[in-house]
Amino acid sequence: MSEPVNIAAKVEGENAISARQIARDFQTGQTSIRVLHGIDADIRSGEMTFVVGESGSGKTTLISIMCGILWPTEGDVKVFGTDIYSLSDSELVNFRLQNIGFIFQQYNLIPSIDAAANAAVPLIAQGMDVEPAREKAKELLERLNIADQADKLPNQLSGGQQQRVAIARALVHEPRLVVCDEPTAALDASSGRRVMDLLREVAVAPDRACIIVTHDNRIFDLADRILVLEDGRITHDGTEMPADH
Amino acid sequence: MLWIAIRMLTGDAQKFYGLLFGIGFSTLLITQQLTIFVNLIERGASGVFNAPEAEVWVMDPVSRTTDVSYAMPSTALDEVRSVQGVEWAVPHLRSAASVRTKDGDLEQVAIIGVDDATLIGLPANMVQGDKRLLRQPDTVFISDGGAINMFGAGYDVIGERLELNDQRALIVGITDTIPAFTSTAELYTTYSRALNFVPGARNRLSFVLVGVSDGESPAAVADRIEDRTGLKAETREQLAQAGVDFIVENTGIPTNFGITVILGFVVGVAIVGLTFSLFIRDNIKQFGALKAIGVTNAKIVRMVAVQAGMVGAVGYALGVIGTAVFIWAFSGNPFFKGFYIAWQIPLISLGAVILILAITGWLALRSVLSTEPASVFR
Repeated sequence: MSEPVNIAAKVEGENAISARQIARDFQTGQTSIRVLHGIDADIRSGEMTFVVGESGSGKTTLISIMCGILWPTEGDVKVFGTDIYSLSDSELVNFRLQNIGFIFQQYNLIPSIDAAANAAVPLIAQGMDVEPAREKAKELLERLNIADQADKLPNQLSGGQQQRVAIARALVHEPRLVVCDEPTAALDASSGRRVMDLLREVAVAPDRACIIVTHDNRIFDLADRILVLEDGRITHDGTEMPADH
Repeated sequence: MLWIAIRMLTGDAQKFYGLLFGIGFSTLLITQQLTIFVNLIERGASGVFNAPEAEVWVMDPVSRTTDVSYAMPSTALDEVRSVQGVEWAVPHLRSAASVRTKDGDLEQVAIIGVDDATLIGLPANMVQGDKRLLRQPDTVFISDGGAINMFGAGYDVIGERLELNDQRALIVGITDTIPAFTSTAELYTTYSRALNFVPGARNRLSFVLVGVSDGESPAAVADRIEDRTGLKAETREQLAQAGVDFIVENTGIPTNFGITVILGFVVGVAIVGLTFSLFIRDNIKQFGALKAIGVTNAKIVRMVAVQAGMVGAVGYALGVIGTAVFIWAFSGNPFFKGFYIAWQIPLISLGAVILILAITGWLALRSVLSTEPASVFR
């Protein structure tokens, strides 16, 4: 295994993420469009935080910046006390590998490797041998009640099962921050709630944080905290959705 | 990650086999065409290789190859024999003639007259018959390829009678001969008999074949012969090269084969490039996800390099094996007799494969490396 670079060793107060004055511009031809306007936001450990907003409100851009995969035009982001955009490219990549788990809306599982290997990808990327990594991933799949599907390819799994494999992949290396993009978008209401219950069970802990981008109002009641984005600005920060939404 | 890279590659069977086909076909085309080209132009030197005893060939100064020669006066033989370092020197006649078969068909053949006493000038081995039979009246040996070309495969040519310049010629043996560039049948007979088989002219001595004394180098003796006689003398290597050069310089063969080799390369780039690009494009989301998770660009490059390397190694092996099978399968055909794959040819095709994969891999990698990890959230 590669030497772990746990740059996020120090925890600054109770914040998993502290974002200050985040702005982001996108260039469209010769026109520059600002999609985030000086956002300040804190994501607390031990909480499941929802980032909510209409399409185009900037929520995906915001979490991309918060988890270190998109550079902000302006502002600073500290993840567990580390100013991630002051890191070099390779340090930032390693930081993500050690500290962040991702659940993508379309899962993005590798179609030619089985569920266990897919779930083991972060461990393999860290340098662990394939078989031990698969074994560790299988333990997590068992916890997610799909251990019997461990040897199947993604196209042999249902949508919900693929979602669980994606969750396992996000958690297998025990990251302190889990970032989910529309985790219930492709699921029916009951499956969606089960996935959310599962996430709360495995991804939320006193020293961990979970951010979920969603516009699925069926699950808003499951949030510990909700940030509402409108036109690149946070218009609400509370434990419940505002009445006018 | 390399394990994942290989599984990603082999998991998409259609594209994997497409890539293998591209590399394999390209390798086959390049290796096979270069093999045929090299063996074909080496046939320009077959006259030299078919007379293995001769260390130096002496000829008129205007002669260029074993097949493009100008006859010398018969006194040249004695002049050459008088040069220091010449162990032995024998006359050698090479001429074209028309032959009438028993069916009345007219065939163009090469008449090769070898020394009456020593039979120097004959190929080293006989397919059928004994070399001593050539000492009997009116006898000739026919080259193995010529026997098939003139009479057909499986036909027993021994005892067959031919008519050459109103002279009777009786086939009593078949020589194991490297075919000539033109695939013309070759009839071997003694020098004195050959003079009767070819239409008369004042000078008919095509070459003097020379063996050098112990301790002398063929090159030094050749130089000495040129100094003393004013004739042209070349070592067997020099004359063999001259035969090859003559074909390269005077035919369109290098251009034609060169075009095919280039086409093989282009086809390889096209098929592999297209399939590789499709493969990468189909997996771009997965590569993006890997980058977001924390796989470095360097690891991604290694993954694509392993994928290209695996496709290259298997495809190249298939292509080279395909060429070997091709050569083996056609080894019974007189045209392909003696064909071999020179060791340089697989190296050249390996270089071409590496270049194809480097170009296509780089093109495919550009899209992966330029993919932002954040794109997986869109």
